[in-house]
Amino acid sequence: MTHTKLAIIGSGPSGYTAAIYAARAMLQPVLFAGIQSGGQLMNTTDIENYPGFKDGVDGPQLMLTMREQAQRFGSDIQDKYVVAVDFSQRPFKLWTTLPSSIPFDVYEKAKPAERVELMKTIRTQEPEWTADSAIISTGATSIMLGVPGEDLFWGRGVSTCAVCDAAFYKEKNTYVIGGGDSAMEDTLALIKFAKSVTILHRRDAFRASKIMQDRVLKHPKVKVKWNTVVEEVLGSQQVEKIRIKENGVVSEVPADGVFIAIGHTPQTSIFQDQIQLDEHGYLVTRQSASKVGLELAEKAINDKGLLDFPSMTSVEGVFGAGDVVDVRYKQAVTAAGQGCAAALDAERWLEAR
Amino acid sequence: MTSSNQAVGAPHFSDTEFKEAIASPDKPVLVDFYADWCGPCKLAAPVIDKLSDEFKDKVVVAKVDVDEYTEVAKEYGVMSIPTVIIFKAGQVIDRKIGFPGEEGYRQMIEKALAA
Repeated sequence: MTHTKLAIIGSGPSGYTAAIYAARAMLQPVLFAGIQSGGQLMNTTDIENYPGFKDGVDGPQLMLTMREQAQRFGSDIQDKYVVAVDFSQRPFKLWTTLPSSIPFDVYEKAKPAERVELMKTIRTQEPEWTADSAIISTGATSIMLGVPGEDLFWGRGVSTCAVCDAAFYKEKNTYVIGGGDSAMEDTLALIKFAKSVTILHRRDAFRASKIMQDRVLKHPKVKVKWNTVVEEVLGSQQVEKIRIKENGVVSEVPADGVFIAIGHTPQTSIFQDQIQLDEHGYLVTRQSASKVGLELAEKAINDKGLLDFPSMTSVEGVFGAGDVVDVRYKQAVTAAGQGCAAALDAERWLEAR
Repeated sequence: MTSSNQAVGAPHFSDTEFKEAIASPDKPVLVDFYADWCGPCKLAAPVIDKLSDEFKDKVVVAKVDVDEYTEVAKEYGVMSIPTVIIFKAGQVIDRKIGFPGEEGYRQMIEKALAA
């Protein structure tokens, strides 16, 4: 069992920024990066809106650089998943190994309620780490359709990352599912390679920004089917067709690629029985832009009329940053800013104890 | 000076080299299908290099650039990268899509060595 003053969970822009600040404050933070470190920006190419890079910056390279910057000041980066936590008393406990009775894929695929049970079993073992404070910056993950064939053809025609996989769809028939900005971005990535891109959207209008809609809709390769949902993904070795329901009428259409862009959900299932989440699963802090956030904040106004430790969650000593708490902005730069804030709050809180 | 412990990393195979290697019955062959523009491939690359050095007597570990050798990637159903496939005597023993961490690749090697 190893002890740290500050455990940071997550390795996107918020986690690495928190680690840079905490390490420079001599807190010797331990950052749990997971196996696939770097967060959502690992699935991008050019980032054009991160300040300081006037010609854009390669997303994965930006994340690898942030990681090195965090290491440079003494952060201990562990390429492991945190599989369970106990925040009920301090020091907090963190587990990074599954008992032999729980295979990784069982743990990974567990539904939220099942995971609560698995975590109870994990907590019967001795934890690998204890921590005086914690920053949660676990980000968000793509929402899946939940239809038959989706799992089976994952990586064989079904994808959540058009930017990553578009080049494999030269002269192919592709479908993008969704109606937000990420669906528009996926469509624009696919246009460069695919023969056709058809957007399937369950409503009769996109919620994407006007500028993105315009770029997509005026392109000759793009078709849109409104009021349409996918019912099944079909094929043998790889995706060959999809069954869709358009205005209530079911049909099967040939498809080589199915790109899912129906949104993201915060990764909080390991905290669900430990800490307050909102109705959509977001971690709540005193500065969450929501009613529950406001309720937490009201209890934390100090005698000078200021909010104490704005990034603190419902658990004293646990802070939140990035897409896991952000109900509104969800940008790399806002995540980095929130990571900085959480590290400064954690540092002040540790000092005051 | 060269020493037997020197880190050399995994070689880059052409389509021909790849096909010759997997046809050979000598050792299992683990191939990392990757591209320069792929973020998760950048996480996989140093792990592949490390495993190549560590298992050099038992397993051939190599990389194939899917941009350069599109046809061979297509032939083996690579549609998302990184895809790592391990072969033994020409047969596919296991395949992993996306970066599963060092442990994930070690399990593939163990499976092939035991097969």
